[in-house]
Amino acid sequence: MRFPGNTGKAVQRGTPRTATRVFKKWTVAVPGMIVAIYLLVALFGPVIAPYDPVATNLTDRLLCPGCETSSGSIAWLGTDATGRDMFGQIVAGTRTSVLIGSLTVSLCALVGLIIGLPAGYFGGLADLALSRVIDILIAFPSIVLAIVVAGLFPRGLGVVVVALSLSGWVSFARLSRSATMSTKEREWVAAARVMGVPARSVLVRHVLPFLAGPMVALIALEFGLIILGEAGLSFLGIGLPASTVSWGQSIASGKEYLATAWWISAFPGIALALLVIMVGLLGDQLNSRYQRGGSR
Amino acid sequence: MTKAEPLLSLRGITVDLTGPHPARIIDGVDLTVQSGRATALIGESGSGKTVIGNAVIGLLPETMRTQGELLFEGRALLELPESQRRALRGRGIAMIFQDPLAALNPSQRIGRQVAEIPRRHGLRRAELRQTVRGLLERAGIPRPEERARAYPHQLSGGLRQRAMIAMALSGEPRLLVADEPTTALDVTVQKRILDLLAGLQRQFGLGMLFISHDLRVVSHVADDVVVLYAGRVAESGPAREVLTHPCHPYTRALALSVPSVHTASLIAQPIQGAAANPADRPSGCAFHPRCPLAQERCAVEVPPLRDTAPGRRAACHFAAEVANA
Repeated sequence: MRFPGNTGKAVQRGTPRTATRVFKKWTVAVPGMIVAIYLLVALFGPVIAPYDPVATNLTDRLLCPGCETSSGSIAWLGTDATGRDMFGQIVAGTRTSVLIGSLTVSLCALVGLIIGLPAGYFGGLADLALSRVIDILIAFPSIVLAIVVAGLFPRGLGVVVVALSLSGWVSFARLSRSATMSTKEREWVAAARVMGVPARSVLVRHVLPFLAGPMVALIALEFGLIILGEAGLSFLGIGLPASTVSWGQSIASGKEYLATAWWISAFPGIALALLVIMVGLLGDQLNSRYQRGGSR
Repeated sequence: MTKAEPLLSLRGITVDLTGPHPARIIDGVDLTVQSGRATALIGESGSGKTVIGNAVIGLLPETMRTQGELLFEGRALLELPESQRRALRGRGIAMIFQDPLAALNPSQRIGRQVAEIPRRHGLRRAELRQTVRGLLERAGIPRPEERARAYPHQLSGGLRQRAMIAMALSGEPRLLVADEPTTALDVTVQKRILDLLAGLQRQFGLGMLFISHDLRVVSHVADDVVVLYAGRVAESGPAREVLTHPCHPYTRALALSVPSVHTASLIAQPIQGAAANPADRPSGCAFHPRCPLAQERCAVEVPPLRDTAPGRRAACHFAAEVANA
């Protein structure tokens, strides 16, 4: 873990010199900064904009951005059809998106590692079976799989995480499998085997650390896709329960007012698009860095 | 070489490359290593030295099949189940690699890597640190406590190789396979590492299989030598005799090709032609296309490995003529 991930903790984690060098590139610095702002908002959301997702205020319905509310405050991003503040909604939605994204990505990375690492190291029948499962899951559109699973079960956080993980782990398994296959040919792995080190220790100590770089890059890329997937499920009404705030639900609730109150759908949409694009850019940068052999 | 039971003994070892282009890359190699002695395996690149080293330790890829008799302390290694072979690795047989930078895990501190085997004996933290310190000291690493905390890239090439040696010693092996242990090192460091290996070998009665292409290095450490050409033994015997009075034209050519600082020319007499490829071995004696003494017979008939003197064997139809030349 020598290079910044999407957690905004890069400076503490890496050696200062490396981190500074990476952040000097604006293609990393700009997306990194924007993603960091999102993460801060997710962390401190309730402090920035206290928001009650189930409170309604019918006198303040459909206020335009910048209008004054009945309580005298200003709704900078307008209000929705039940009088809820859009800014508060977006801030609370950030928290949801980041939470779902982190949980799902962690689950995917964990499952992918547990399956891909031994498959790549031992090869054989298990590897063959895994490769076929991966082929099948890749051929299957992941959002369809998520919709089926999310639609079958009652709405809830756990169901959404599982539904999105169902196809998300595949790319992690594939990456850890191929990275393991190339790392195990390195001489220190041979040296460890010659020393009679048991396979489990070889995997954990001599292979796993070298997957960290490419894994961080993939985590960044998948994080964006998962947030998009969650918004999609919530938009369709099979994601999170109505009592939680989600950008997908906010966008859906503005559907009927697109002609008259565009801000209900537009602002959460922009928030979502910006985060997904920036996370994607960051992931691309990290990815190309590791593909060039930056992981030593 | 006729002691009771050798530590390691190879009889008629062959290694076949399976797959789309099958080839016999090692063809009937005999070799012994005695406890407390060093046997050097000499040959040009591609002669199969490393393949033999890896066959001994059991590191060959699945595409290579080893056959023959491979005895370690009287046990037939090739017939042992994998679990028992694994138990021998590190503790019975240890290996030192050519490039210590590649063979050390760059993500872990030296001390942790040296502690890899001792850790499994259930030592406590303080005992483990003592053990690591002792091993590093034995490998001639000054300020061992400080070096144990360093990462491989923070050490010099010589220190890295010493750390590798400390790792190899950690399992208290009886046989050390050293695959070109000094090739990646500075010439000035080479001798010190060789002295260290020779010292350890005497001190602990280790048997050593020393793989090298460098005759000067070999003459420095080896008691016995086995000269390999295109996957076959060309000549074997006590190091000093073989190197000073070769019985095989290839050994003689090798000895003459060594640059000497005492003579005017830097490279005395390079061997003509390119080394034979074991996968595409010439007929008869594999060396005949490059041999100054070659006759018609050499292209047809494979010379058997014959005793030329007590303890010495050579595979040449004209061994007697070469020896007397």
